[in-house]
Amino acid sequence: MMHLPLPTLPRRFAVRAACHRALLLLCLGVAGLAGAAGPLPSDSIYHLDLPLHDQDGRAFTLASGQGRPQLVSMFYTSCQFVCPRLIDTVRDVQRALPADSARQLHVLLVTLDPARDDSAALRGVAAQRHLDARTWTLARSDSAGTRALAALLGVQYRILPSGDINHSTVLILLDRQGRVVAQSTRLGVPDPAFVARVASTVAAAD
Amino acid sequence: MHACRRKALPALLLGLLLGAGSAVVQAADYVPVPAGSLRSVLVSDADPGPVAVASYAMRATPVTRAEYAAFLAAQPQWQRETAPLVFASPGYLAHWGAAADAGASASLTAPVTEVSWFAAKAFCASEGGRLPSWVEWEYAAAADATRADARDDPAWLARILGWYGRPADGPLPAVGGAANFYGVHDLHGVVWEWVDDFNALLVDADSRAGDDPDRLKFCGAGAISFKDRANYAVLMRIALLSSLKAADSTSSLGFRCVRAEGATP
Repeated sequence: MMHLPLPTLPRRFAVRAACHRALLLLCLGVAGLAGAAGPLPSDSIYHLDLPLHDQDGRAFTLASGQGRPQLVSMFYTSCQFVCPRLIDTVRDVQRALPADSARQLHVLLVTLDPARDDSAALRGVAAQRHLDARTWTLARSDSAGTRALAALLGVQYRILPSGDINHSTVLILLDRQGRVVAQSTRLGVPDPAFVARVASTVAAAD
Repeated sequence: MHACRRKALPALLLGLLLGAGSAVVQAADYVPVPAGSLRSVLVSDADPGPVAVASYAMRATPVTRAEYAAFLAAQPQWQRETAPLVFASPGYLAHWGAAADAGASASLTAPVTEVSWFAAKAFCASEGGRLPSWVEWEYAAAADATRADARDDPAWLARILGWYGRPADGPLPAVGGAANFYGVHDLHGVVWEWVDDFNALLVDADSRAGDDPDRLKFCGAGAISFKDRANYAVLMRIALLSSLKAADSTSSLGFRCVRAEGATP
């Protein structure tokens, strides 16, 4: 008999999948409890049940970002040029915000290279770049999860035989429910319109 | 939650049987595709040589509307009304009747289209498979009826290119056209198909070079370029796939699955 794995679906989604009509009400109740802060909007990227580990090796889920605004992007630690500039650019966005707003804005960078970027590698970048762990999370998923997150964020990437990764870089602003509010592909001096959206989204999340 | 899952399982399996029964769907046929190497039409400066391809088993035909209807009956969270927008934007199953109704008038043996990448992935997982990588798809699609790689034959290239001149407004034909060298059907001539790494194709066909600030979007070695410009039919697929987002769907984009050779669901 057919087995029905649901590897990339969020927990609430998976619970619903396992429910038959007769148990639907019970199961919906259980599914509701599994959500951290109420039902997600249909266009929230937090529907993706993505297993992640942070730079200290702690497991968390994408949906645990629910409740505060977040900047999300993808990078990899052995990248020499664009990825260091990505961190610089995020810092410039933070500096352009009032201090208390900057503290409320979380930054999640997920590696495109989970095979080589283990927690120690991520921790190394966090230390080298003096990234405040209260604000910054550097994370890794598995290979399929990385592909799915990139697909969701519109990030294109291709791992070359040399180990280099061709990838597009985009900085994505999520609201507290995980909806994409704005995105920017500009590195270096941040796009003022993007910074303004970050500021208004943080203010709205108060 | 555990109790719920345990109790739900037999009911779920029953639902699956009923769903499959009502749509008269048999287990999908997968055919083996042996390992080899491929001159991909995609090449980058850092990756110029042939690509090694491991063996796999590929669905002999694209997933049909009947098969997709059975999947929706078994996994109602993928029905049009319930699938989150983030996984399936509004074009998803837009021309289906009710939630899981493939439609009486439409041919149930035609390939399913209007499905997103996330939905296609979930379908493949439901039968113990996954979406093929681009290279796996291209490798199988390089074959004609008698040769594993017919791409040096201009007559064959012209024949598959002929499909693209056909008007796209008529109903899709049923799956089950002529088998290729491996016993795989309909890789050309019926629908476009999702691949797992559709967001890895990184076509550098426009002017993202020189002083264009978009150049900074690319990290690492040089961008991908086309190696075999004569193979327009395949290049058009890459152009289409590169333009899509994972929640998108179109009326001419379907999919098939692959799995490890010898695997069963």
